[in-house]
Amino acid sequence: MLFELRDVSLARAGRPVLDSVSAEIHPGATAIVGPSGSGKSTLLRLLNRLADPDAGAISYRDRPLVEYDPLRLRREVSLVPQLPALLPGTVISNLRYAADLAGKRLDGRRYLGLAGLDAGFADRDVAELSVGEQQRTMLARALAQEPEVLLLDEPTSALDQAARDAIEATLAKLRAELEISLVVVTHDPEQARRLARRAVRLREGRVAACGALEEALA
Amino acid sequence: MSTSIHVSLGQVAAALALVALAAAISLWRRTDLERDIVVATVRSFLQLTAIGYAIKLIFEADTIWLVFALLAVMVLFGAITARSRAKKVPDAFWPLLIGLAIAAASTLGLVVALGIFEATPRYLVPVGGMMIGNAMTASAVALDRLGDEVTESRAAIEATLALGATAREAAAPFVRRALRSGTITLIDSTKTTGLIFFPGTMVGMLLAGAEPTDAVRLQLILLYALLGSTAIAALVATGLAYRNFFTPAQQLREPGA
Repeated sequence: MLFELRDVSLARAGRPVLDSVSAEIHPGATAIVGPSGSGKSTLLRLLNRLADPDAGAISYRDRPLVEYDPLRLRREVSLVPQLPALLPGTVISNLRYAADLAGKRLDGRRYLGLAGLDAGFADRDVAELSVGEQQRTMLARALAQEPEVLLLDEPTSALDQAARDAIEATLAKLRAELEISLVVVTHDPEQARRLARRAVRLREGRVAACGALEEALA
Repeated sequence: MSTSIHVSLGQVAAALALVALAAAISLWRRTDLERDIVVATVRSFLQLTAIGYAIKLIFEADTIWLVFALLAVMVLFGAITARSRAKKVPDAFWPLLIGLAIAAASTLGLVVALGIFEATPRYLVPVGGMMIGNAMTASAVALDRLGDEVTESRAAIEATLALGATAREAAAPFVRRALRSGTITLIDSTKTTGLIFFPGTMVGMLLAGAEPTDAVRLQLILLYALLGSTAIAALVATGLAYRNFFTPAQQLREPGA
């Protein structure tokens, strides 16, 4: 089992965001679906300990998440947030920062290519990129850490259809070639169908369904 | 070096005419500051009179322990005052208190160790007061900026944490900018000193009848010491305060949590 959540609850400003969430996330590709405000992004942030639940337990590879060193965990379980937030500087300097943190050698051209950016982007200033290009740089930066699990929060929300198709093709390729597990938050059931084999469906902070994709989406 | 001058309460009272002028301008231009002008005038009179008598007592007692006690009280009130400026920083009091204490102790210690001033109340009290006052302003500005920076850059900080960076690494650019804004005001005013404005110590000494060269040299010593104390206070305060935004698991705390 990749992740297992047992009765996980979390409140923000007195309002429950996640309420007794229990779910199993298997290796491979899993979509977390549900309307906006249903707790999808919050659930994703719990998986690499950007936040901890108020109650309940989460395990990763059958070991409690709290037993992992958070810094090492985040390099292994990499989260790409919905809104691009790059460090000031060039595209390649962002990739190098991430690779250095993970102690990996950087093959910039490869990771840019995987994220659908040509090598000419390497020396571009991130401030000059479109939102879609920034989002792809965020993906390339996460890949530069060679993670085992990618947590993606609405990875194509700022992209046009052609760029979205390119990213989705990249994610499929990553899963097939590098055996990276994906946990993808999306509000779009069709994207969930294209990317995932299993799904967790949330509604108002609770699990409405969890399991094989079509059953969970039904 | 110094020639004492006597200032009567009548002279002080006469200077209130200028306060009345400031209040009249506020009324005329409706800046709604008359009340603040009155409060500032009354508070400055009471506070300076009280500290004047306290300093007189300390000078007469001539013991170093009373000086330390007075400086400790200044550090405490400095930290309390600066905390009210840095509302967005969780538990800002301790970083400010420690920053002010280290800044005061190190700069006063250095000016005494280098033989610039004697370790007597006549030097330590006014110089210490200036060091602590300026260090307070610098660290308050720095932490105010740090609070704004972290609040506005939560997404960027979390994105860096998500890569496995430490809180220190994720906060570094914002700590640097906060430190810069805390120290740059004094650096800029030091650059223009003597050209656009005359600093207070020098003005005071000239009014008291000192030689201009003496007044300038003493002012230079104080300006250099102030550069040191503001930098130390802002460095220590920001270096400690940024940690309060994060949990031990290197998570960015929720605002107000």
